[in-house]
Amino acid sequence: MACSRCGRLHPITESYCTRCSAPLESRDFESPQKVWAWLIAGLVAYVPANLYPMLRTSQLGKTTESTIVGGVIDLIHHGSVGIAAIVFFASVVIPVGKFLAIAYLAISVQRKSLLNQHQRHKLYEVVEFVGRWSMIDVFVVAILSALVQFDTLASINPGIAAFSFAISVVFTMLSAQSFDARLIWDVDRTNHAK
Amino acid sequence: MTSILTESPSADRQDSAWQFAKSPCISESDGPLRLCCDIEVKALKPSLPPLADLVACPQCDTLHHAARLPEGSRAYCKRCGIVIATERATAFAQVLSLAITAFILMVAAISFPFLELDVAGHHNSISVLQAVTVFNDGIALLLAIAVAGFIVFLPLLRLASIIYALGPLVRGKPARRSAKEAFALAEFLQPWSMAEIFIVGVAVALIKVAGLAQVSIGPAFWAFCALVLITVLKDQLICRYSVWQALD
Repeated sequence: MACSRCGRLHPITESYCTRCSAPLESRDFESPQKVWAWLIAGLVAYVPANLYPMLRTSQLGKTTESTIVGGVIDLIHHGSVGIAAIVFFASVVIPVGKFLAIAYLAISVQRKSLLNQHQRHKLYEVVEFVGRWSMIDVFVVAILSALVQFDTLASINPGIAAFSFAISVVFTMLSAQSFDARLIWDVDRTNHAK
Repeated sequence: MTSILTESPSADRQDSAWQFAKSPCISESDGPLRLCCDIEVKALKPSLPPLADLVACPQCDTLHHAARLPEGSRAYCKRCGIVIATERATAFAQVLSLAITAFILMVAAISFPFLELDVAGHHNSISVLQAVTVFNDGIALLLAIAVAGFIVFLPLLRLASIIYALGPLVRGKPARRSAKEAFALAEFLQPWSMAEIFIVGVAVALIKVAGLAQVSIGPAFWAFCALVLITVLKDQLICRYSVWQALD
């Protein structure tokens, strides 16, 4: 049994790592439950993130609110298609992709699927790596709101969606972290040992 | 330091090694592990090499033998292909110097003005921490703290932990008392230090505003960019396995 924090091996009877004092757990059998719990929480938080406004722009007395998707469309209208693509990718494609990917991984482990172990493992690594980048939009809102504060001339303020979206990203990150990748490979042995 | 040469059955199989010991002459159908015994569990010697000589892949739990790596090479897991260890003589010193540089840059980045905006005579200059305080009504205060954490405090904490853990090692002295906890903390914080994502977000925001007004970039921005580059480089250089071994 390997310590998941520092990698040192121990006999199965130990409860704490002799090197880094982390609690030892051979397999996290509750992993799928945790993954689903965080994932659904993230999904629930993602809905208001898209429905409510992300940015509130006041220009010369006129206030406009834009949601995530609305902001992307605005950018396209203004001609910055590249930036629109980045924002769309980070705030829509990546989160939705994460939801689908994590759901797929969790289902495949619960069904004890033997197929595509390497691909699923790669998928897991990609999901873990890419997950944090969804926070781009939250930071964009933060910077814009801080920069553009010129009273009546022009001012930008964050909407409630920024908070909701950040929560959603945090939850999906936690969901990906709770996934025990070793469960993908374990199916190999369980089936083989029969 | 160490390398991965051959494959053994999964780390978790040790329990099965003990269970099978009670039955006579059980041999497992795959891998080199064979058990043949008719004596009690207590007297049985497992045919696995001593645990200290083994390494388990952190992602698929396959056991490998640990041996010395030639300089500059990497060891990959035989089953799932991720990098388990690398060997680089000056790695610790490089990582430490990068971490110290990054720390200093971060302190500079939050002290100096970050960006300045000029619109029709109005001038607004912000620092990184000011960018965070926009979320300051009601529930959004939580978000402000979280964002400040992600881009400033957690990266600082992570860098400090790495410096604390690796410092004495580079000078050849034994590690400090809670160096292991410090390094574990640094590992834990890795996905939550979002400094580089912040920079990309700032770039996106700048392009959004560039049409509106005149934007000038303060020194903190360049400090932050350098910080991000150094952090990425440092993360590439760290070999976790070697550090844990050295911390022992």
